[in-house]
Amino acid sequence: MSLPLAQEETGLEPGLPLELADERESIKVTGFWMFLVTDVLIFASLFASYAVYRSRVAQAPGPAQVFHYGPVLLETLLLLTSSFTVGIAIWAMRTGRVRMLFFWLAATLVLGAGFVTSEIHDFTSMVGQGLTWHQSAFLSAFYVLVGTHGAHVTFGIFWAVTLLFQVARRGITPITARKLYTFSLYWHFLDIVWVFIFTFVYLGGKIG
Amino acid sequence: MVRFGKAPLLSRLAHISRRRWLFAAALLVGLFTTGCGPQYVLLRPAGPVATKELHLFELAGIAMGIVIVSVFVLYAVTIIRFRDRPGNRAPYMPNWHGHRLLEPLWFIVPAILLTIIAIPTVGVTYQLAHLPKARDPVVIDVTSLQWKWLFEYPGQHIATVNYLVIPTGEPVLFELTADSPMNTFWVPQLGGMEYTMPGRVLPLWLEASHPGEFWGHSGNFSGTGFASMFFHVKAVSPARFAAWAQRVHRTASPMTLADYHRLLTFNVVGESSYGAYPRSTFPSTKTGFVLQGGMYMPMHNDPRKD
Amino acid sequence: MALPGWMLYLIHTLFPADTRRPTELGADVLIIATGAILFYILIIKGRWRHVWTEWITTVDHKKIAVLYLIGAIAMLFRAGVDALMLRTQLALPHQHLLSALEYDQLFTTHGTIMIFFMAMPFIFALFNAVIPLQIGSRDVAFPRLNAMSFWLFAFGALLLNMSFVVGGSPSAGWTAYPPLSENVFLPGVGQNYYLMSLLIAGIGTTMTGINFVVTILRMRAPGMTLMKLPLFAWSALMTSALIIFAFPPLTVALSMTLIDRLFQSSFFTLGHGGMPMMYVNLFWLFGHPEVYIVVLPAFGIFSEVVATFSSKRLFGYEVMVASLVSIMFLAYGTWVHHFFTMGAGPAVNAFFGLSTMLIAIPTGVKIFNWIFTMWGGRIRMTVAMLYQMAFIPTFVIGGATGIILATVPVDYQFHNTYFLVAHFHNVLIGGTLFGLLSGMYYWWPKMFGMKLDEHQGKWAFWLFFLGFWVTFFPQYLLGLEGMQRRMNTYPFGLGWHLLNVISTIGAFGMGAAFIVLVYNVVWSLRYGERDLTGDAWDGRTLEWAISSPAPEYNFARIPVITDRDPWWAMKESGATLANSLSPADIHAIEMPKNTPVPFLLGASFFLFGFGMVFSWWYVAVLGLLCVIATLIYSGFNYEEHALLTADVIRGTEASLGRLQA
Repeated sequence: MSLPLAQEETGLEPGLPLELADERESIKVTGFWMFLVTDVLIFASLFASYAVYRSRVAQAPGPAQVFHYGPVLLETLLLLTSSFTVGIAIWAMRTGRVRMLFFWLAATLVLGAGFVTSEIHDFTSMVGQGLTWHQSAFLSAFYVLVGTHGAHVTFGIFWAVTLLFQVARRGITPITARKLYTFSLYWHFLDIVWVFIFTFVYLGGKIG
Repeated sequence: MVRFGKAPLLSRLAHISRRRWLFAAALLVGLFTTGCGPQYVLLRPAGPVATKELHLFELAGIAMGIVIVSVFVLYAVTIIRFRDRPGNRAPYMPNWHGHRLLEPLWFIVPAILLTIIAIPTVGVTYQLAHLPKARDPVVIDVTSLQWKWLFEYPGQHIATVNYLVIPTGEPVLFELTADSPMNTFWVPQLGGMEYTMPGRVLPLWLEASHPGEFWGHSGNFSGTGFASMFFHVKAVSPARFAAWAQRVHRTASPMTLADYHRLLTFNVVGESSYGAYPRSTFPSTKTGFVLQGGMYMPMHNDPRKD
Repeated sequence: MALPGWMLYLIHTLFPADTRRPTELGADVLIIATGAILFYILIIKGRWRHVWTEWITTVDHKKIAVLYLIGAIAMLFRAGVDALMLRTQLALPHQHLLSALEYDQLFTTHGTIMIFFMAMPFIFALFNAVIPLQIGSRDVAFPRLNAMSFWLFAFGALLLNMSFVVGGSPSAGWTAYPPLSENVFLPGVGQNYYLMSLLIAGIGTTMTGINFVVTILRMRAPGMTLMKLPLFAWSALMTSALIIFAFPPLTVALSMTLIDRLFQSSFFTLGHGGMPMMYVNLFWLFGHPEVYIVVLPAFGIFSEVVATFSSKRLFGYEVMVASLVSIMFLAYGTWVHHFFTMGAGPAVNAFFGLSTMLIAIPTGVKIFNWIFTMWGGRIRMTVAMLYQMAFIPTFVIGGATGIILATVPVDYQFHNTYFLVAHFHNVLIGGTLFGLLSGMYYWWPKMFGMKLDEHQGKWAFWLFFLGFWVTFFPQYLLGLEGMQRRMNTYPFGLGWHLLNVISTIGAFGMGAAFIVLVYNVVWSLRYGERDLTGDAWDGRTLEWAISSPAPEYNFARIPVITDRDPWWAMKESGATLANSLSPADIHAIEMPKNTPVPFLLGASFFLFGFGMVFSWWYVAVLGLLCVIATLIYSGFNYEEHALLTADVIRGTEASLGRLQA
């Protein structure tokens, strides 16, 4: 007498996109979604703090005086476009076009690097004007919120570079496909966070 | 010699052990009777705020007592009846896993009990947040420092350190802030505590119904001198309060900014009085809190508002 | 002879005056002795290869469970000694056995370690040991991540414990409220240790949360619907969900304090618009769910234990699940009750007071369902069951005092008094620790293949239970006498001394219980009754259907689940040994391969953390580079699995007597 036994299947589930077709890889995608939940909460906590600290400017200038809208618009444009290019890259991956995948992923990275460069430039010019995070709780919250996003983008760029090497070595397999797919999720997520930063921090600063 | 030497020793031993026995008995009796002792300050309210809080505690205690006793009885019966011992004739129902009437019961009964506590909780919470409508209360501005209390009487233009004198029979409004890590301002026999926080002013009102002396202490840890954050509260009749304030104002030397800076040093000091004090030592809308930096925030829920 | 400047600098930074007191020197001696013993075992006796291949690089959830358990017991010892020193200092009024600073450091590390480095790893030990077996899985969803979680915990714990002898301990309480925790008031490295160790261990904990959510959602055996999930697995699911949602706010609060301390930002400072209140909110946004993170697993354990030792189905399964889920949601709606007295206003306070009372209802329902599980059963008084039986009255009293504290105006009086201290020890020890010990005794045969001696276990239990009440009942009364928590000493005239003496005596009773417990474990490892059946307690759930300890691959074939208590149902239908397979049923299995990555990652984070603590940026950057290098190495390593051939599995099953001839 014993329990009935399950049929354990291996191999790819037909009808699913490559990155989800292997059970083990698809579980990893679920795990990555869970990670994104924690990251959403990190940003939620930072946004909540920013909302509280926004008015606590002490003797330092407030939002209306410190934001540079030129670089911010440029950064928005770069990041939104990169979200589009990473989408094309994933489409290329699913249809098995390696060279196209490389091109659009590289384009994504270039756009991301442009974003980070512009943000660093913006921050250094602010610090150059004496607007350090020591000056006020508002500036602390601003730098940490926007900087955390920038650090995420920077990390994403390095991550994607290692992915390019992996794809170059192994081609498009269920594993590399899953890795590229999770990267694209991450990248889209950062894009959405940026939309919130743009709206609440920068446009909100304009409203005062 | 030996015989004579032995006897006192034995009797001394017997004496000691008897004293120990008495001591142990006193300990036990003490333990069971201390419930009525004066040291139970939370059960010895000396004003309306503390009395209201005690009554609510009693109500919640009784309701919870009912829960505890009924669960304990049910539990004891269960354990005794269904122990796994040979010849236990209680029914054995290995697959009994639900009951349509019983299960809602333990939703409903606790819910009723909780409602009984919840309604007065909300009521008293609102009541205590509002100063009783009366003539202008005596206002005392409280600043917690490392590790001492500064009490400033804006109406009487005097300040004290580590001791308070308040009039009886009328509410006293405390405005609390800190030029230090957070503490709480607490006089158990007069009523509950409230935090003193840097950069914010929180209101709290208390009242002593009869003259007396009470101790107060901080309830929030603030560093190595925290245990010394006791202060002394003396409630006297309004007339004697006015006379005291007059006397301090006349006789005590005024506090200078330098004095205040000395108070900011991290140390423990005794009680002292000042016949006047610089207004900038307490945050107000005009001056800001300049001494260690910090900003005034309007009071979130000033009990004087209606 | 004068020492060179850099050496003086090192000595003064690493060993400042407050690490050169008798207690610290005692700890130094212990550390050196432990180091010598380890050196002897690993190097002289040549066991390092075994330790490295079998334990340090392991990704097997069952071995990680053992590692967590060792860590948790060691931390229970450390924080327990802290508690005994605190109680000794408080036994008499006007006592100065410990300086104020020492006292502050000890209650800080006591609380921090008990919550983050004792309760959490103890919970993860049981999750790891049991959950995959209960749901019919071969491992957790992410075995390598699981090992990383462990090593991040281990190195985080090492970092915090190191503070005692290197550089100085944190001393702002386990809550570390700013501005006290800022540089102005607590210069030195103590607070940095607190922040870095919690951040590092917090990453590991978050990953564990993710791991178990995915494991339980995606790796259940076929047929095991969510409503057939054992309650311990349900509690693990809810706990993990709470972790995912609760740890990010803590990470943010700690990071902000860290940036304030190391890089002069102005989040919680006294000037520059800093706002300590923000920290308090973020901390308790984590802190309150954390209370349920540590108590829900205990609820799950009790639900298993009570059914097994009453030989009866769990009463009201659906309601038990519903109350777990509703507690999880309500846990996010009560955090303000930790600071009613911070001037949030009557509306906010009333709301959070009521939401706190509301959470008592699902909890109360669980108590009744446990009692009614016993009703109509046959209660066997094993040690595991004794802890469960002690838990019910203890937790009822703890819950009742919780309701009293939720009554807002009453909390104005009781906030931060010993009444509160007694309350939370009542629920944390009476709930969490009783639960974890119950689980330890219950699943010990499954983890190690032998029972813990029941007779010794009962001694430890009674000492612990009585010691607990002698310690904490007087503290309720001390609260009524107005004694505040965290006072390092107190004057004579307030009548607090008698109760304090009694409380200290009780604490030493609990200390004695710990010694008996350790003796019980050590004795049983040598002489304990072996469990050859795999089903030491006449169990009900799937983990008892396989041998003890479980083979590396857990299940030679994954079973199909048809009942809530699958193993009980099988026994009802006459089975004696589960999964008696014929050789033809057995196929090769892919199992995760050992890897040094998790250990190296933990070590790199340790290096990074150490550099940050002392603001030695070269060390910190080096640590960070090591972290990145480890991650890249891991990313390029595609050989995560190895094949276990059918012959090997057949051999193992045959040696366990589970192969049909």
